[in-house]
Amino acid sequence: MKVLECENLCLGYEGMTVVENASFSVEEGDYICILGRNGAGKSTFVKGLLGLIPATSGKVTYEKGMKSKIGYVPQFMVLQKDFPATVHEVVMSGFTGSLGRKLFFSKAQNEKVKGILEKLNLSEYDKASFSSLSVGQKQRILLARAVCADSKVLFLDEPASGLDPAASAEFYNIISDLNSNEGVTVIMISHDINGALRNGKKILHIDKEIEFFGSTKEYLKTDSYRRLTGGDLP
Amino acid sequence: MTALFGELFSYTFIVRALAAGTLIAFCSALLGVSLVLKRYSMIGDGLSHVGFGAFAVALALNASPLAVAIPIVVAAAFLLLRISSNAKIKGDAAVALISSSALAIGVIIVSSSVGINTDIYNYMFGSILAVSGNDVIISVICSVAVIILYILFYNRIFAVTFDEDFAKATGVRTGVYNSLIAVLTAVIVVVGMRLMGALLISSLIVFPALTSMRLCKSFKSVTICGVIVSIVCFIIGIVISFTKGVPAGAGVVVVNLAAFVIFTLIGIIKNSTAK
Repeated sequence: MKVLECENLCLGYEGMTVVENASFSVEEGDYICILGRNGAGKSTFVKGLLGLIPATSGKVTYEKGMKSKIGYVPQFMVLQKDFPATVHEVVMSGFTGSLGRKLFFSKAQNEKVKGILEKLNLSEYDKASFSSLSVGQKQRILLARAVCADSKVLFLDEPASGLDPAASAEFYNIISDLNSNEGVTVIMISHDINGALRNGKKILHIDKEIEFFGSTKEYLKTDSYRRLTGGDLP
Repeated sequence: MTALFGELFSYTFIVRALAAGTLIAFCSALLGVSLVLKRYSMIGDGLSHVGFGAFAVALALNASPLAVAIPIVVAAAFLLLRISSNAKIKGDAAVALISSSALAIGVIIVSSSVGINTDIYNYMFGSILAVSGNDVIISVICSVAVIILYILFYNRIFAVTFDEDFAKATGVRTGVYNSLIAVLTAVIVVVGMRLMGALLISSLIVFPALTSMRLCKSFKSVTICGVIVSIVCFIIGIVISFTKGVPAGAGVVVVNLAAFVIFTLIGIIKNSTAK
């Protein structure tokens, strides 16, 4: 089943085109890693898919009812240093999009937050102040928040940047687990090529335009891959 | 002490000021938490200046001040929100530009029509005498509406305040809730201006949130503590205004400043003993 379809999507800021004519579609259960050099438009592309940036032309269509089942882990949060919020409040806010016509969170949702925190080994931080945590802990909390909303599609923007190798490996494991055991579709921007090749099922290479979209195995044969790894300069 | 309060409550104008003011202090503290954390503090300040301009127009036209000011300031709130969500630095400057222009236009209208008199002085710095019976009714209606809307949309307001991108990506209509915050702020600024003064009302929005953030670490506790701080400071400020004969707005702001200093000191002591 198709989850989302992107047709001739163009994105840009103030007259400058950042992403041009991007067309591709995401199937349920996909694990797509988005690769590309710095400034290739990866973050802009994902923001465009999420509807955070309006398309200058083209369109993104989600399968019916999918829009409220999206989870998103941003690259880094521009957050005031002493923003008052507990971990519980932050994770709970993941449910806001799926409230629909309801005004308040249910007891069941409250229990679910506890369950998710337990699963990610974060239970002890439930009442902790979010801003006092380390980068790695914050990143896991933000993943917990993204998982909250019964998300079927998870967008991640370089989630492992700023994590040490052990934390990063653990992070990838959690995501692989969500993908293979809970059927969550994953679309992830990554700087860590090896991590992407090891974990992703498909690769999307972008450099303003989509240069490659296909299986990880196929990707290894392309010029895009060689250029990105610096193995073979043109 | 009891004698002082007995005396206070024997004056209708004090009872009015306290009734309307406590509710306004309640609302401004609620909204303040979001405004401060979203870095929208300047919007409150900008709106109060626009409010002054609108009051001047009403005064010159001999119209009802609130009837003229509320629509103008609500419109200004939308405009300011638009500007500040576009580009961060430019937005900041634009707010300063709009607020000083509105103040200047207001002063010109006033001085060429009725002249600078005590009314204007009261509009700028607030007065406990300024609250009429009608004002109390309007304040109560507006404040109760703000409190109910805030509680109903509390979870969404938190989501929009904490991480607007995430909220929007997951299907929360962030534009609607940003506008809601701006409109509620506009209403409270206008309603509170008579009592607090155009130049001082924004402090009623900013101070309680900042003060409670020194000690409280969750969003909920900051909100609740902010409301309590705001109301207590307001009442003490009014008592000072009455006994010392200073403008109401100035009295309330100084008490808020004192509370902020005390909370900051407690916060520092708490942190250093925790280590």
